[in-house]
Amino acid sequence: MSKQEFTPLKTESLPGPHDITRVELENGTTVLVRPNFNSLSIALSGYLQAGSLYDPEDKLGLADFTADTLMRGTTTRSFQELYDSLESMGASLGVSPGAHTAGFGGKSLADDLPSLLDLLGDILINPVFPEADVEKVRSQLLTGLDLRSQDTGEMADLGFDQIAYAGHPYRFPSDGYPETIRAIQVQDLVDFHAKHYGPQEMVIVIVGAVEPDRAVALVKEKLGSWSNPNQPEPIQVPEAPPLEKTTRQHQIVEGKSQTDIVLGVVGPRRNWEGFYPALLGNSILGQFGMMGRIGESVRNKSGLAYYAYSSLSSSVGPGPWTVAAGVAPENLDRALDLIQEEIRKFVAEPVSPEELADVQSNYVGKLPLTLESNSGVASALLTMERYQLGLDYLQGYEQMIRKITREAILEASRQYLDPDRLAISTAGPPL
Amino acid sequence: MTMLEPIPSIRLKNGLEIKLKEIHTAPLISSWVWYRVGSRDELPGKTGISHWLEHMQFKGTEKFPAEERDKIIARAGGAWNAFTYLDWTTYFETMPADKIDLALEIEADRMTNSTFDPEEVESERTVVMSERQGRENNPSFWLMEAIHQAAFRIHSYGHVILGDMVDLATMGRDDLYQHYQSYYSPSNAVVSIAGDFDQEELLKRLKELYEGLPSGPEPPQVNRPEPPQRGEHRLMVEGPGDTVLAEVSYHAPPASQEDFFPLLILDSLLSGPQGLNMFGGGGISNKTSRLYTRMVEDEDLAVSVSGSLPATIDPYLYSLNLIVHPDADPERALQALDGEIQRLQDTLPGEDELQRAAKQTRALFAYGGESITNQAFWMGFSEMFASYEWVTGYLDSLEAVTPDDVQRVARQYLVPQNRIVGVYLPHNKGNKGS
Repeated sequence: MSKQEFTPLKTESLPGPHDITRVELENGTTVLVRPNFNSLSIALSGYLQAGSLYDPEDKLGLADFTADTLMRGTTTRSFQELYDSLESMGASLGVSPGAHTAGFGGKSLADDLPSLLDLLGDILINPVFPEADVEKVRSQLLTGLDLRSQDTGEMADLGFDQIAYAGHPYRFPSDGYPETIRAIQVQDLVDFHAKHYGPQEMVIVIVGAVEPDRAVALVKEKLGSWSNPNQPEPIQVPEAPPLEKTTRQHQIVEGKSQTDIVLGVVGPRRNWEGFYPALLGNSILGQFGMMGRIGESVRNKSGLAYYAYSSLSSSVGPGPWTVAAGVAPENLDRALDLIQEEIRKFVAEPVSPEELADVQSNYVGKLPLTLESNSGVASALLTMERYQLGLDYLQGYEQMIRKITREAILEASRQYLDPDRLAISTAGPPL
Repeated sequence: MTMLEPIPSIRLKNGLEIKLKEIHTAPLISSWVWYRVGSRDELPGKTGISHWLEHMQFKGTEKFPAEERDKIIARAGGAWNAFTYLDWTTYFETMPADKIDLALEIEADRMTNSTFDPEEVESERTVVMSERQGRENNPSFWLMEAIHQAAFRIHSYGHVILGDMVDLATMGRDDLYQHYQSYYSPSNAVVSIAGDFDQEELLKRLKELYEGLPSGPEPPQVNRPEPPQRGEHRLMVEGPGDTVLAEVSYHAPPASQEDFFPLLILDSLLSGPQGLNMFGGGGISNKTSRLYTRMVEDEDLAVSVSGSLPATIDPYLYSLNLIVHPDADPERALQALDGEIQRLQDTLPGEDELQRAAKQTRALFAYGGESITNQAFWMGFSEMFASYEWVTGYLDSLEAVTPDDVQRVARQYLVPQNRIVGVYLPHNKGNKGS
């Protein structure tokens, strides 16, 4: 099969400085807007500095709990009124915290943007945390944790974090544990909100059928006068040193047909200079085509698993670089051997020129598809803002991807993926 | 915005049906091939064969060996996948517009040229078993499987799409190849393509690729209608975990029947709005639906409720699912659910509730229609059990539903004699040891 010629991306049709409006409000909030009048709707997304890293150790899950309770009522609207407004418009709105920030997102028909922003402002600024509602959310969170304890994939993930991030703030689950959720009082939620919810370093992105000036004016109207002098500086997390040797742990989850594997290392930060070589390398290792080299070995050749892939989840801090697979318990050791063998090979020599060319074409070629929807564009804008990539990031994207070399991939991968220092976490029936 | 207008069907001489829709908002094209075969066409001994066959379609032909084909699509920056359902199996690629020909060639080729190498059949056997085992890890799978078995004694909707483990262990290469030859042919397929193309040019290319293929045999029909259920079925499934799940499933009319739309509105009132979006677009929460309000908000009987009324060829199921509140008695939760159904049967819903349900659906269409992958999906999906007019008329059909219609279908379908009630009872607390 001959290799395809590539057509360079038409950079003028990608979101960029010519059609993105970026405004910093006086209260510290940054607003980005990109109009799209081909659509009938609006996608809204953003984040503020209220992630789970701020959770005290005996109250893990506090950031999650707070976010889940924001929509249980405000000073002017009950839970029922909030959702009645939202669902009557056919709109959606939600807040979901990550480690560093609490993300929010919503969607509405274009005409309903003012109402959507009004609701967003209300839940972020004026939540009241009614006691009965807090108890209701607590029951939901505890049920979620019960379900988590039965989910072999999630349990393997938790185990991985405990091994790979021992001693690091990332070792804790953002949804906490039953005992920490039970320990959280209404006042904790009130205090967490009062301290961490504020406009400093908040980002709001709006994409869709709206004129940028109008969108910015609406954000100013609904959120521009918000201030919170108590907001702390964003948390900086330290590096997580590599393990001294490969460490394996199995979490027993009785009565299951399949064992889940999460195996890997602590990877780089998103702004590390070797991030893009590592990203492309990860794709060759466990994503490209049918889950890359790992999919080829574990699924296609050996028939051991329905899914076996790798992920690189770099963020503000050092995110995990992992391989995940689900296998029959009797095949666990064989699958672990195959995955480790692939990692060993991957860091032993450079990827082939064909593999590099393939993955470069993939990363460039898929850009239009990831930017097709308003929410896809909103997500790209949010990434550009969060990691300070610049408004012309997409214009320079193809060139950046195409100049990555095989040697750079090897170097970046070797720096992190040490096959003798892996955290191996599995969850399923007893071994 | 002309999002939902009827489009003509084009039928080639060999019976292949083609639906094309030009959309020029992004330099993308989404191409789907649909086969009229799914788990409804499987008898005991061969359950799961349609799904396993779908997996084999990624194993390659002489022209496109497996590993090369995956790379061709990925290299172009395309997205691809395949799905096996009750009534159909489908394959799609969404590609940069200038690369669509690769996808067209691949799909035309694998309609008739897949090789079914015996070794690859064997290695894929354990992959499909592993897929089922992964699903088995979730307690809701066992409940769903038991409810289907109780609901369908005769009809093939009674087994799960992934198939029974014993059949996955015993079927072989010849069974799969025979299934392929019986159902994969132009006369049993629909091609649906939406995106940035010129219709005439694309049609010319499709004719080049497909017109030379033989029409194919008349596919075998599995026609075993389910007789009416005589009395309520109740069942219990036990397994690990801490959380009680409940499902109530009613036998429901097929998508082409006129009662389907009133039932959709009824579901929207009971459990919240559902759209037809398969690819993004997002959903709308159901916090103000009747069941959520009563069971989650007012009475602490459940922590979540959801409903589903899939569009199918034959009568299937309308299902309501609950995650029961940790402190609640599941029987009381089921009584409250019955109370809400009784209310629908006794009291006409307000016009405003119906209008709201229609507006929610309009919004979901607006969100989903922004993805050309969804657009092409709708065009082929609806042809599997009705026609594309079913989608283009969807909003009108919903808006035509009256409060009397809702009450009538509630009284006709949501009766105990027509349902299966299932509860998943966790029998241990999981083992948290290491």
